[in-house]
Amino acid sequence: MTTFEAILLTIVTASTPLLIAALGELVTERSGVLNLGVEGMMAMGAACSFAAAVTFDSTLLGVGAGILAGIAMATIFALVVLGFAANQVGSGLALTILGLGLSGLIGAPFVGARRNPVEAISIPGLSDLPVVGRLFFEQDLFVYASILLTIVVAFYLGRTRAGLVVRSIGENHTSAHGLGLPVLRTRFLAILFGGACAGLAGAYLSLVYTRFWSPGMTAGRGWIALALVVFAAWRPGWILVGAYIFGAATVLQLHAQAAQFGVPSQLLSAVPYLATILALLLLSLRHGRAIGAPGSLGTPFVPDR
Amino acid sequence: MSFRTILGAAAGVTALALAGSAAAQEKLKIGFIYVGPVGDYGWSHQHDVARKAVEKAFGDKVETTYVESVPESDAERPIEQLARTGHKLIFTTSFGFMEPTLKVAKKYPNVKFEHATGFKRAPNVSTYAAKFHEGRYIIGQIAAKMSKSGTIGYVGAFPIPEVVSGINSYFLGAQSVNPNIKIKVVWANSWYDPAKEADAAKALLDQGVDVLAQHTDSPAPLQAAEARGKYGFGQASDMEQFAPKAQLTAIVDNWSDYYIARTKAVLDGTWKSEDTWGGLAAHMVVMSPYKNMPDDVKKMAEETEAAIKSGKLNPFKCPILKQDGSQVECKGDGALSDEQILSMNFYVKGIDDKLPQ
Repeated sequence: MTTFEAILLTIVTASTPLLIAALGELVTERSGVLNLGVEGMMAMGAACSFAAAVTFDSTLLGVGAGILAGIAMATIFALVVLGFAANQVGSGLALTILGLGLSGLIGAPFVGARRNPVEAISIPGLSDLPVVGRLFFEQDLFVYASILLTIVVAFYLGRTRAGLVVRSIGENHTSAHGLGLPVLRTRFLAILFGGACAGLAGAYLSLVYTRFWSPGMTAGRGWIALALVVFAAWRPGWILVGAYIFGAATVLQLHAQAAQFGVPSQLLSAVPYLATILALLLLSLRHGRAIGAPGSLGTPFVPDR
Repeated sequence: MSFRTILGAAAGVTALALAGSAAAQEKLKIGFIYVGPVGDYGWSHQHDVARKAVEKAFGDKVETTYVESVPESDAERPIEQLARTGHKLIFTTSFGFMEPTLKVAKKYPNVKFEHATGFKRAPNVSTYAAKFHEGRYIIGQIAAKMSKSGTIGYVGAFPIPEVVSGINSYFLGAQSVNPNIKIKVVWANSWYDPAKEADAAKALLDQGVDVLAQHTDSPAPLQAAEARGKYGFGQASDMEQFAPKAQLTAIVDNWSDYYIARTKAVLDGTWKSEDTWGGLAAHMVVMSPYKNMPDDVKKMAEETEAAIKSGKLNPFKCPILKQDGSQVECKGDGALSDEQILSMNFYVKGIDDKLPQ
């Protein structure tokens, strides 16, 4: 395996959790709800999936527990912001703090436990191809799932009637309500989908990426996922591109250090964030406004007021 | 959430204890302030191990309380809370707790304080730290012996003196057994981000490093080495369970002996303010069992450990050359002074990289 191949493989691992979490948040935001609790839901996903995987010695059950934990957290958020029409920014921040604290409590008995690596699935024949072989055809299930998920979300939002409903509700909930579309129900499901994805992304962190649990191990990845949604201008295809740019920037800066290019590491660490700002700038220069943001994003909806 | 609950509980327990045992012999109450969660399996975890050792050593004579995940910016409140609830000995275990500790100490002259890794003292405030660089010299020697590629790696957290002196000591150790050894350093710019630490380790391994050391807090880099069939060293705690085939040894922080000694001093009434900077000899730094290496390497490591303990060997023995070849002024007794090591901001000659400033 060449260094080049090795770098590409590391980039895939670094990008996958960002991609999964950002896709979930994308759907939530397209329905008009801003959930800043991604970090907390991810932490819960990481803790619960690891706990379940160790207890039952099953990666699959671990993944299931991670997704359920994400959904449970999202349900709390949904009840608060939909049921009580509470401020979404405040509730989302509270969800992050709650998730980080609660995950520490749940994960406490599992600190120091260790699991074997999740087997990569290789596709016979194709995985032996030079360069692209291992990159495309010998990854763990999460990576394939994340790519499939991108396609499904893109198709759902762009090509199906149900997706159009989600988008119209996000764009203008009053009109959508006037047309008889189920605003609150759609948003509820969109929030749950976001939670499920964040939980899955967390499961990837603790089961594949590092293979142990420790408090606060998400280390800000939930916030990067949120930034990614903006970076991608709320479009699934761009989320994929953005997640891989972010993953690549993180990994390449570490390689640049190891190769002793002599660039300050602090500057290199900031590259992904500078890239976001630059992308936002370029996008808004082209369109002249904050493109793609759903019109009702962040506004609580109260029927018949 | 966590520390208020604990403080609440602590206050409750205090009230009960006061009400219930007025006649019973008074217990010494000891408080601990941690910067991270006790479950970090690193820095704070090791302090908590020592707290339990104190409880075990003194049994009924002491009672301990800990407050975890205390932000350095808001440490004064929890420290004062402990002082106010009758704790007579308080350990504050992070550099950033220095000012809050001194401030509270001034208000409570009858309470004894112990501040880790700081440099400011008061009549009722002692400081203590450990010479981790002694252990790093040993692992440097092991790394150079075990490396087939001739390039060893280091995942650093931040370019601060504590980390830089560790890298230098590691490299000097490596150089002492292989003068042609090369080192690659990657900064994670974080004390604790397991995924990024793993990526940093992978970057080093991808670029030809086959033995790596770390000065970040999670077992992730060591685990990355294990996954690639390469070698690494544990940090702060014995991390063997995370990488049974890759961990050559670990530099373990051992605060137990010190905490027990200080507790005893308070019980005996002999406590006074002092500064302790102990290393291998003082058992503050302990090497976990040497494993996964040939017998001759193990023998070399044990001999070096013994030599450092007896004072025969000092990792920063003069002359020390900077990268440009200039000699560092020797302010200690045949070696760099403690002060010079604690403020080290240069790489030694042979490290082919630029230190970020």
